[in-house]
Amino acid sequence: MDPLLRLERVTKEYSSDGAKVAALSDVSLSFDAGQFVALVGRSGCGKSTLLNLSGAMDFPTTGEVWIGEAQTSQLNDAALTALRRTRIGFVFQFFQLLPTLTVAENVELPALLAGLPKAREKALEQLRWVEMEALAARYPHQLSGGQMQRVAIARALVNSPRLVLADEPIGNLDTVTGGIVLDLLARAAREQGALVMMATHSLESAERCDRVIRLRDGHVE
Amino acid sequence: MTALFLRLILRPLAGEKLRTALMVLAVTLGVAVVVAIDLAAEAATSSFRASMESLTGESELEIAATGGVDENLFARLATTPMPVRLTPRLEGFAEVAATRAVVPLLGLDLAQPGPTTAAGQSGGDGNLEHLRDPRSIWVSRSLGLDVNRETRLTVNDRTETYIVRGVFDARDQAIVMDIGAAQQALGRVGRIDRIEVSLPKGSDTVAWTQRLQAAVPTGVEVRPRGLAQDQNRKMLTGFRWNLMALSYISLIVGAFLIYNAIAVSVVRRRAEIGIVRALGLTRGQVMGLFLAESAAFGLAGGALGLILGRVMAEGAVKLLGATVEQLYVSSRPGDIVLTAGIVAKALFIGLAASLIAALAPAREAALVAPVEAMARGRRQHQARLHLGRRGLFGFAAAALAAIAYRQDAIDGRPLFGYVAVFLIIAAAAWFMPAIVTVVARVLGSIAFRTLGVEGLLAARSLWASVDRASVLASALTISIAMLVAVGIMVGSFRETVSIWMEGQLQADLYIRPATGGGANRYPTMSAEVAETVRATEGVQAVDRFRVYEIDFRGKPALLGGGDSSVVRISRRTSFMPGQDRDAILAKMSQGGDYAIVSEPFANKHKVRAGDRITVPLGAANPTFEILGVYFDYSNERGWIVVDRTTLLRYLPDPAPSSLAVYVRPGAEPDEVRRRIEKATAGRSLATFSNRSLRVEALRIFDRTFAIAWALEAVAILVAVLGVAGALIALVIDRRREVGLLRFLGASAGQVKRMVLCEAGLLGLVSNGAGLLLGYILSFVLIYVINVQSFGWTMRFHWPVTLLIAALSIVYLATLAAALYPARLAASLNPIEVIHEE
Repeated sequence: MDPLLRLERVTKEYSSDGAKVAALSDVSLSFDAGQFVALVGRSGCGKSTLLNLSGAMDFPTTGEVWIGEAQTSQLNDAALTALRRTRIGFVFQFFQLLPTLTVAENVELPALLAGLPKAREKALEQLRWVEMEALAARYPHQLSGGQMQRVAIARALVNSPRLVLADEPIGNLDTVTGGIVLDLLARAAREQGALVMMATHSLESAERCDRVIRLRDGHVE
Repeated sequence: MTALFLRLILRPLAGEKLRTALMVLAVTLGVAVVVAIDLAAEAATSSFRASMESLTGESELEIAATGGVDENLFARLATTPMPVRLTPRLEGFAEVAATRAVVPLLGLDLAQPGPTTAAGQSGGDGNLEHLRDPRSIWVSRSLGLDVNRETRLTVNDRTETYIVRGVFDARDQAIVMDIGAAQQALGRVGRIDRIEVSLPKGSDTVAWTQRLQAAVPTGVEVRPRGLAQDQNRKMLTGFRWNLMALSYISLIVGAFLIYNAIAVSVVRRRAEIGIVRALGLTRGQVMGLFLAESAAFGLAGGALGLILGRVMAEGAVKLLGATVEQLYVSSRPGDIVLTAGIVAKALFIGLAASLIAALAPAREAALVAPVEAMARGRRQHQARLHLGRRGLFGFAAAALAAIAYRQDAIDGRPLFGYVAVFLIIAAAAWFMPAIVTVVARVLGSIAFRTLGVEGLLAARSLWASVDRASVLASALTISIAMLVAVGIMVGSFRETVSIWMEGQLQADLYIRPATGGGANRYPTMSAEVAETVRATEGVQAVDRFRVYEIDFRGKPALLGGGDSSVVRISRRTSFMPGQDRDAILAKMSQGGDYAIVSEPFANKHKVRAGDRITVPLGAANPTFEILGVYFDYSNERGWIVVDRTTLLRYLPDPAPSSLAVYVRPGAEPDEVRRRIEKATAGRSLATFSNRSLRVEALRIFDRTFAIAWALEAVAILVAVLGVAGALIALVIDRRREVGLLRFLGASAGQVKRMVLCEAGLLGLVSNGAGLLLGYILSFVLIYVINVQSFGWTMRFHWPVTLLIAALSIVYLATLAAALYPARLAASLNPIEVIHEE
């Protein structure tokens, strides 16, 4: 079986005050569908950069990132948008729900943006999956942090992506709530067959993953 | 404080150059329009004939009568032993044949010292032979005519050759003749218009007025000199007031945008405010910082507005000058003078509008609690809304507006009308948050169904930032409302005038001297012209109409004398409801002391049918019974019209000012016109067909209101610029959401469409509210301001095509204003903006 996500000799450099800073250096990794992967390391080690490159939101300075059969840096904007809509879901540390939309509307948003039919049905299905269906008509400010993150996971899964990228998804939650969120992400990998890649500071959280990638100064340890 | 102002306020402004520039531009345009109208109106209205007045030197009183005074009166007074200097004066107009320029013609007693000493004559020789020669003229230098050169002038209906004997300096163009020659040229032998009276220094003017009044016959009035000019000036004040009021609309719209800009500034700097408050800055100092930001907008806008206003005044003065000449008084616009007062005014109104607009958001900034601000960090712009309180303010303003609507004019000025307009605008602004909230909620689902997810996001965004959106919507609504209100008023006026002309202009041909056509130019033609025309083959009837400019109860008015019997048969003059046209005109034609008055006259002087008015005419003070009040839109001064036989009884000058010619049934008007022109060859007459006169009237009408349209266009431009600036701010403030949408699979096109949808919805709300508000305002304009300023009523008329076109343009402009912010939103780097916080 071909890997779902492949990074080949990826280097990502940024310019800072004229000097080049490498966020990632010569990283090669490959991941299969259904895996729950933790990216761990200290702040600035390259976790978020790796997630952004994997989500086709950013592109390597050198090297190649492959999502299935598609090499991200070879795609035009329309193809990248299509890729994100159909293959990738994102979960953020600060939930990033739109305050003007209800829970159901937030979840169905990616489906609407992708122009998929039965968006509301899919949204409610995902909300049922994260046990938030009862709060579908509420607005984000009426939810707790844990509830918001569950809604965010439902949103990430609504288009049935093969790849879910979560950037510090429990970084803003208490331990108990964080545990519930981790369970959901693990279930997403297990039950929905998605590759779930999570950036985290917490080694405890990482231990619940199938695979742990340790990053230090842009290198895989 | 200065350092804090630089770091907290100016540095962020410099970081958003385009938005800052748009805000300054909004104030600039607002100030520029006020300055331009001020300068242009001053140049177009204040200079008229001022320099001509000075040609005869200083004098305190004048002796005048309707139709002029007998020259024998001058001779009699001149020989009366009184220590006063008397100067006779005759006025008219002459057309310089070579240039077609119509120039005031003054008849003065050149044997007396006067024009030569007062105006600085040069090139003349004071030769007595020249004074006796009726072909001698003296011209102002600005006419560009050389001394001793022959020049052809048309005076009344005759074109003759004259010789330039001298040139004098005067700001305005003028031609001077010796009074005897002027009497001949103007066909007023034995008459003079005025006798100017110079009193000994330190004299009691009132006492002299009484003494002289006792020495002159009935019907002749002794009054302060320049009263007619003062009256004209006063009349022009109303015109200037309305223009000035209209010119402030752009500034009001600009003020709303400043309010929005400062409110955004406060929200963005909430955390910084918290920090500096915690570090010891007082509430007053915080408020001062934001007021200083607004003052920076105001001063920059005021200074730039002054420069732009001076440039715009050049165009405005041409439009205003033409209007003043056509509707009020013949005058050439003076120079545009940028006085220290105007400079101070520009800076003041820019500063004042900005500071007033910034007061509420600056106060909100001062009330920010340090802990709260720092804890919450930067938040979405969601100022606390007090919909209930604002609604109450709105209802109170609307109620006060209803009261103001019913008040009378003060000193002829519709001050309460302006107050009503202001209160209605204020009410709309207070109601706007509720309107935007309701509309955004209602439109949300409609927008989703019709425009897709972009529509839904746009509607929700509008709803989420209702405070900001309602300020923008208010600015756009006010400018659209004024456009609609002025559109309805002008459309109603135009429609009314068109219908009125249908009834009033029934003759096939109209004839007047070639030098006529201005608001106060009523030259006459020889009486025999009317006989010649009447005798022309194909002519059925001729209505001879004579016009005199009169002073009635201290206000300028027009007295006309016409053939009632002809009018009765031929015209469909429309009277006030309940007044029997045929009975009125039949009674008029009996030749008694009866009059009809125009609606503006009736409104100005508070008279109605059945009242009696005394009008000094020649050597008598006859009292006329008003038989009816008729609709008229030809002159705002107002008409008193009597039968020609009645007029001739008091003013026995048979020369008519114009002729209305009715051709026989079956006769071809063009053919009749050719015959008349042949029969009157040698006379300088202008003949108009019925159609050309109507076309010309509507052309003048449209030109008159061109300035109003120009002012509206600037107000719309200011609002649209404001929308652009505010949308840029909105995109910047919402960049995290925009970035998130890209993460969630939104294409760049979808992000662009979302911003465009937001502008589209904003435009839709504003167009809807603007249309409704404009409809309400049009009632104030038509039934209060217009009636109190000009005295005429109009039929309400929706200029549907015009409004659809105008609103479509505004809507498209609003969408166009969103193009750049949309592009900006689509170009944001999602990774950068999502990880910013």
